[in-house]
Amino acid sequence: MEQFQIHVASARPAPGDRRQATVGVNASGNIEILVERVLPETECLVEVTTAVTGYRTLWQAVIEDFCDRCPTGGLRFAINDGGARPDIVHLRLMQGARLMGGEP
Amino acid sequence: MSNIINLVDHDYYEASARDRIGGVLDPGSFHEFLGPENRTVSPHLAQFNLTGAFDDGLIIGAGTLSGEKVYIAAQEGRFMGGAFGEVHGAKLVGLLRAARDNATAKGIRAVLLLLDTGGVRLQEANAGELAIAEAAHAIVEVRIAGVAVIALVGGKSGAFGGGGIVTAFCSRIIVSDHGRIGVSGPEVIETNKGVEEFDAKDKGLVWRIDGGRTRSMMGGADVFVKDRVRDFRAAAIEQIPKAPPFTLATLVAEQARLAARLQAYGDCRDAPEIWQKAGVADPSGIADVSEEAFATMPRLKEAAHDAR
Repeated sequence: MEQFQIHVASARPAPGDRRQATVGVNASGNIEILVERVLPETECLVEVTTAVTGYRTLWQAVIEDFCDRCPTGGLRFAINDGGARPDIVHLRLMQGARLMGGEP
Repeated sequence: MSNIINLVDHDYYEASARDRIGGVLDPGSFHEFLGPENRTVSPHLAQFNLTGAFDDGLIIGAGTLSGEKVYIAAQEGRFMGGAFGEVHGAKLVGLLRAARDNATAKGIRAVLLLLDTGGVRLQEANAGELAIAEAAHAIVEVRIAGVAVIALVGGKSGAFGGGGIVTAFCSRIIVSDHGRIGVSGPEVIETNKGVEEFDAKDKGLVWRIDGGRTRSMMGGADVFVKDRVRDFRAAAIEQIPKAPPFTLATLVAEQARLAARLQAYGDCRDAPEIWQKAGVADPSGIADVSEEAFATMPRLKEAAHDAR
């Protein structure tokens, strides 16, 4: 198990006014993400707790790519990871951001 | 994907615990107690180097079902097999005690238990076992207070171990084809008694013994439904008014029912032997017909009870 935080200081403000959303499940190959609108609107924080040790660099790349594609400012993502692949992580992050944006 | 797929049309088996709640209750009526933002994670799992879940695999709260006030708990069967730990168990017991205390004041009509569990979590087994005992006790108190407790079983993990015991305390049990109800799970029996006693790899055998069809044929479950969230919802609405009162007469009837069942079929080794003995026309066909055809098949006469 490994725990770390990845902080993005210059994110675009996330749209919508939803306070909180949950996506996914902490299961084998899957991931649970709790998204909360609790930060200043240009900051984004991802708190990772993962079952798999040694992939911090890869997490960093996936999260930076996600923040490039999606406006995530103001959002804190708390993750419980059961060994999801990077594509699943990216999809779940997108799903969480979309729910926060209030899209149907 | 809960915001894209119409929850009510969703497969119950494939849906997450949250989606099951969203689809079973009236749309938008669910109000969660101790939601994930409270981070009531297990204090034990990290000591075993395991990642937790923000709701510890159990979602609890209140809502309405066809306009009536209900409490609901749903286990997430994909997180640690839906197993009971300390926090998970405490949330369930707390919900049941709240239902008991609020039965009259808030007009709580029923508690729905969406069970999906392999039993007790091994990493916090003592706390889990205690939680099962407390939950069973609390269910009795809820039923004495006049509130129906309905078990819904149709998830990946079934209702095994303490989860199987919990179903036996409920007023009514609703099960689907995928649902399994038992105490010792197939792997546990094989590990302890050998493969000749029970071959856990034989899925046909597992479902013939523990599966939804067998349970509903014999009255071990009250209603068999198609694997759709809408069917579980409809069955729950229908069963709440049919829940038997929790009285001495109910318990005596239940004891008599189970004793008669043991007397009649206690020496059978597999479900088709029971069907044969009971005079079912096509004993081996029970496992093969479609969900729709099975739903309309006559049950054994032992299933026509109003005990439990």
